[in-house]
Amino acid sequence: MHPTTYHRPLTLKAAAAIHAAGDSAYIAGGHTILPAIKQRLAAPENLIDLRHIPELTGIHAEGGLLSIGAAMSHAHVAASAVVRSAIPALAGLAGSIGDPMVRHLGTIGGSVANNDPAADYPSALLALGATVFTDRRSLKADDFFTGLYASALDAGEIVTRITFSVPVSAGYAKFRNPASRYAMAAAFVARFADGSVRAAVTGAGNRGVFRATAMEAALRQSFSTDALRGLAFEAGDMMSDIHGSAEYRAHLAKVMVQRAVQFTGEARIFK
Amino acid sequence: MTSVQLTVNGKLSTAEVDDQTLLVEFLRDKLRLTGTHVGCDTSQCGACVVHVDGLAVKSCTMLAAQANGASVLTIEGLSGGDELHPLQAAFRKHHGLQCGYCTPGMIMCALDMIRRHDGKLDATTVREELEGNICRCTGYQNIVAAILDAAAATRALQV
Repeated sequence: MHPTTYHRPLTLKAAAAIHAAGDSAYIAGGHTILPAIKQRLAAPENLIDLRHIPELTGIHAEGGLLSIGAAMSHAHVAASAVVRSAIPALAGLAGSIGDPMVRHLGTIGGSVANNDPAADYPSALLALGATVFTDRRSLKADDFFTGLYASALDAGEIVTRITFSVPVSAGYAKFRNPASRYAMAAAFVARFADGSVRAAVTGAGNRGVFRATAMEAALRQSFSTDALRGLAFEAGDMMSDIHGSAEYRAHLAKVMVQRAVQFTGEARIFK
Repeated sequence: MTSVQLTVNGKLSTAEVDDQTLLVEFLRDKLRLTGTHVGCDTSQCGACVVHVDGLAVKSCTMLAAQANGASVLTIEGLSGGDELHPLQAAFRKHHGLQCGYCTPGMIMCALDMIRRHDGKLDATTVREELEGNICRCTGYQNIVAAILDAAAATRALQV
């Protein structure tokens, strides 16, 4: 692997100071940055391990909000009694990422900061009206995801925790690519006590995760798969590659929204 | 260079390594524990699975420096002496391997799986849990049978 210098700061301030001093990348679970370094897509002179900073840990629910520390692994979130009780579909989503070994290391903060267009978490953040807290400020999920592998984070900014609004019910439906197991299309749909509905789709959009606003409005009128009749995603907004055409993804994404409504209260994985 | 100190299979091991050294390189090249294999080197195949502080991880996608201070269990640490660990014995009994390349990772994954599910496993769950371990010989049938047998033996021990 490309030579690098490993750092293990114990405070956010120390981590940010190392980042500011030279060419650096943060590492938590390492399941994105290490493969990227192996593939020569990244060659940071410094790798700054964030997993030993106490502010980035912990999961708790209070006052209608579920708060998850950025360094919590997918296995932590999937197994958390607090998450399973507050938002079971979110625990199910975490438990559907990668495989058991990947889930032991990969973190929610890393997934969110990386914003892979096929990542699972970004759809949950958008649909659950999440707030991303950093070492500098807080950002609404609607303003956070800005494109493929792009976010509103500034250079060196560290995601510290994410808070989710606890819905009345929420569902996650994912259709897996049979080879990579990443989402070909997946939808997170949440219904809130004030009657509002938020729905977001990952894996399919050509600008990354997006909200299905027309479907949200229809579901607010009537929370049923019938309410989605006549609505469709535009193929022009979808990704197109060897795994599936834009037309196929537009169709699949709608089917996933329907399934997330049909199976609200849980995460369902289709293949 | 970083001085990495790990407790590997119960024994304290220290070595000076380049910071970019992967955990699997540390185990194989520095400690000569070559039972842990590298299949794909892209976190997909699971041949490199070891336990770090009790959790199964892919050692091709973790720096030795990230594991500094941790306790590591590899396939070499499973059996006490000449007697096979129950999972190793079950893989042998059920012909859960052909070439054997994936076997150390399969067994380390299976041990983690049995622990997390407290031995309560069915074939569907085992197949889901094996998502990250690839075998190009067997078709998994006998691997699943071996893990279920070892899980049942674990449950029997708890009664």
